[in-house]
Amino acid sequence: MARDDVKTGYKLIGTRPNRPDGLDKVTGRARYGADFSLPGMLHAAVVRSPHAHARIVKIDASKALALDGVKAVVTRADLPTGLTGEDLNLQDNTLAGDTALYDGHAVAAVAASSALLAQDAARLIEVTYEVLPHVTDVDAAMAPGAPVIREGVADYSVPEGMHGNVARYMEFGHGDVEAGFAAADIVRAQTYKTEATHQGYIEPHACVGQMGEDGRGEMWVCTQGHWYIRRMCAAVLGIEAANLRVTPSEIGGGFGGKTTIFMEPLSLALSKKAGGRPVKLVMSRSEVLRATGPTASASMDVKLGMKTDGTITAGQVYFRMQGGAFRGMSPIGEALPCAFACYDIPALKHEAVEVIANRPKAAAYRAPGSPMAAFAVESLVDEMCRELKLDPIEVRLKNGATNGSKSSYGPVYNVIGLKETLEAAQAHPNYAIPLGPNQGRGVASGFWFNHGGETSVTLAVGEDGTATVMIGTPDIGGSRASIGLMVAETLGIPYENVRVNVVETGALGVNEPTHGSRATFASGKAAVEAARQAIAEMCRRAAADWGIDADAVEWKDGAAHPAGPNAGKFPPMTIGEIGAKMGSTGGPISGHHEVTAEGVGASFGTHVVDVEVDPETGRTTVLRYLVVQDAGTAIHPAYVEGQYQGGAAQGIGWALNEEYVYGADGRLQNPVFLDYRIPVASDLPMIDTVIIEVPNPGHPYGVRGVGETGITPPLPAVASAIAGATGARIRSLPCSPPKVLAAIKAART
Amino acid sequence: MARVHLWASLRRFAEGQEVVEVDAATVGQMLDALERAHPGLGPAIKAGLSVAVDGEVIANNRSAPVKPDSEVFLLQRLKGG
Repeated sequence: MARDDVKTGYKLIGTRPNRPDGLDKVTGRARYGADFSLPGMLHAAVVRSPHAHARIVKIDASKALALDGVKAVVTRADLPTGLTGEDLNLQDNTLAGDTALYDGHAVAAVAASSALLAQDAARLIEVTYEVLPHVTDVDAAMAPGAPVIREGVADYSVPEGMHGNVARYMEFGHGDVEAGFAAADIVRAQTYKTEATHQGYIEPHACVGQMGEDGRGEMWVCTQGHWYIRRMCAAVLGIEAANLRVTPSEIGGGFGGKTTIFMEPLSLALSKKAGGRPVKLVMSRSEVLRATGPTASASMDVKLGMKTDGTITAGQVYFRMQGGAFRGMSPIGEALPCAFACYDIPALKHEAVEVIANRPKAAAYRAPGSPMAAFAVESLVDEMCRELKLDPIEVRLKNGATNGSKSSYGPVYNVIGLKETLEAAQAHPNYAIPLGPNQGRGVASGFWFNHGGETSVTLAVGEDGTATVMIGTPDIGGSRASIGLMVAETLGIPYENVRVNVVETGALGVNEPTHGSRATFASGKAAVEAARQAIAEMCRRAAADWGIDADAVEWKDGAAHPAGPNAGKFPPMTIGEIGAKMGSTGGPISGHHEVTAEGVGASFGTHVVDVEVDPETGRTTVLRYLVVQDAGTAIHPAYVEGQYQGGAAQGIGWALNEEYVYGADGRLQNPVFLDYRIPVASDLPMIDTVIIEVPNPGHPYGVRGVGETGITPPLPAVASAIAGATGARIRSLPCSPPKVLAAIKAART
Repeated sequence: MARVHLWASLRRFAEGQEVVEVDAATVGQMLDALERAHPGLGPAIKAGLSVAVDGEVIANNRSAPVKPDSEVFLLQRLKGG
């Protein structure tokens, strides 16, 4: 049931007002990272390793520095030493130390009076390399004889005897797996692989950094989290966090890839070396693909036991994931708990290793780990459903997790909406449309935990009765609108009277980034609490004016009212009337709330896709696509639908076309959008959405995060639809035309 | 006492126990008590953990309450996109 058909007591929540940033974005007035400029600004360029693995013998910048207009060069020697742990990883990734670890690894940076001059100067910086053996494939990286690319990378979790490239190990489960397999009518095991993909945000990384000799600095940057930028830059450069003020720009997509730093400290280091002149650094698309964080590549073994009636008796997975040349970057810790999260299965075993390889340092990408895990598990569920001629939705309803189920990763689910998504998908007209020749239908479900996190919000009442809300989570997918709606609903004022601003690091306490589908949930929850504080103060002001006790005042419809006949007869005092005289009744009125937000509600979704495959070319056309997902409460349904559609579009791209292609030399072969093929509008049909609302009891308006779950089911759903259309199962993404054509031919022979 | 479930690959640091009983009123006290009782768990705890207390995932809040009859699961620190 669509959110708009649900009857609630809300006046504003669930409506679809114009997006507050819409006019700015369609008129070009919105300022993105690369739009920012300052007087006297320099431009920077980065020298990157052309080798997948190489010792850096010598860096000679003398020719570059001799150019007129070149103001500074930085190398690793300019950065402080002594860092440890993830801070050292960040510094190692910002600028290579003794060794370049992947194709595109930054080796030096130069600042000059123009961008073209900086690029010319970068080409004049001479780097002498000693090329070392490399490995880029996840399975090859842990095969006997594979070069150990960094000694001592294993952490406490890795048992003795594993390959030197294994950085982490994890295992958990419950029940007797072998007994479960013995009780099954069929047991099937397969191996699935997914290639690394990039978030594909349209806006490349960009920043302007300024830092004086005194170590005090400022930065303007496109980011999902400017407090993370501040903390990470401070760590890499050895400065105090409070000495760096960071202001976020509008953001042209992030999807997890802008929750960390890549080149930002370089602009500050160059600025400091250039006498404090601001330095702008804008990545090219090629740099984005070569040197920022894609997601991990994965190789995954799955084994399932199933009875002929569809009951799943046991499951087992062994995942191998590489997240680049740095420990801790692959999402094994998320992929494993997500693998069977949609199911209530009595016996499960999960095992995973993280392997390092000569690839860029991976970053988060929308539900990190969950899409790969779903591709493996949901594909095998589909294979077994087809073998036993069972309806895939019925099988999921039979085995699906519900309220009170013990989750695959341990804790018991509270209130979840998976069953509702399955029932809605089953009832949707798309599920009954007859399929034609060369057409197939795929079904898959998906899960994401969602996240709360550190959050700080301030709300100020204006003299005219409007409200300004200051949040610290950059608006990627409509959170200013949804937070504005919640605040307006709480205050009882028009949505147009609330303005939500994303403010800089000096204006609020620490905020985690917009990640984990948390912005509308956590900043929204804090904003509602801030509004309630302001309401309490406005009730006190009215009570003082009326000469009654504050407890005898209630707030409704944007005004203070006497709470009952015993409170006295006074006309309502509106927020505008209270705001107009607040200077003379005690001073400014504001509310503030800061919290590490808990009470997140997990979000489940079910997707149904129909495809047609051209048997002559292997090209797959998506005919129709349905996303059904639990939003808890859809605050602004249009944005919720946009998140569902965006997640599906990215997942379809991952399923059909997107992949990092490395040559035998370890260099990325497709670092441009012409060769790294993300879906464009003409590739996709209108993506149908159904918003399920099973309110989250941990949020005042029932919100669940909606940003990430939507990318999880498309990978297995599309591959299963192709299997239905062709009889050929693709177990290694992407399902690109050559691969599909080869699978069709193999199935015929 | 709260029952803390360890994921399988942590159990070798706690004498093979799957469940460790801990007397604690908060998540922070629980983690400190775990490390005191089983120092081998220290690196895992220091690396960053999330926990689930009675079904609710606590990403990073040491002050979150733990009841005497709570069921706690240790989870890897979760990241999101």
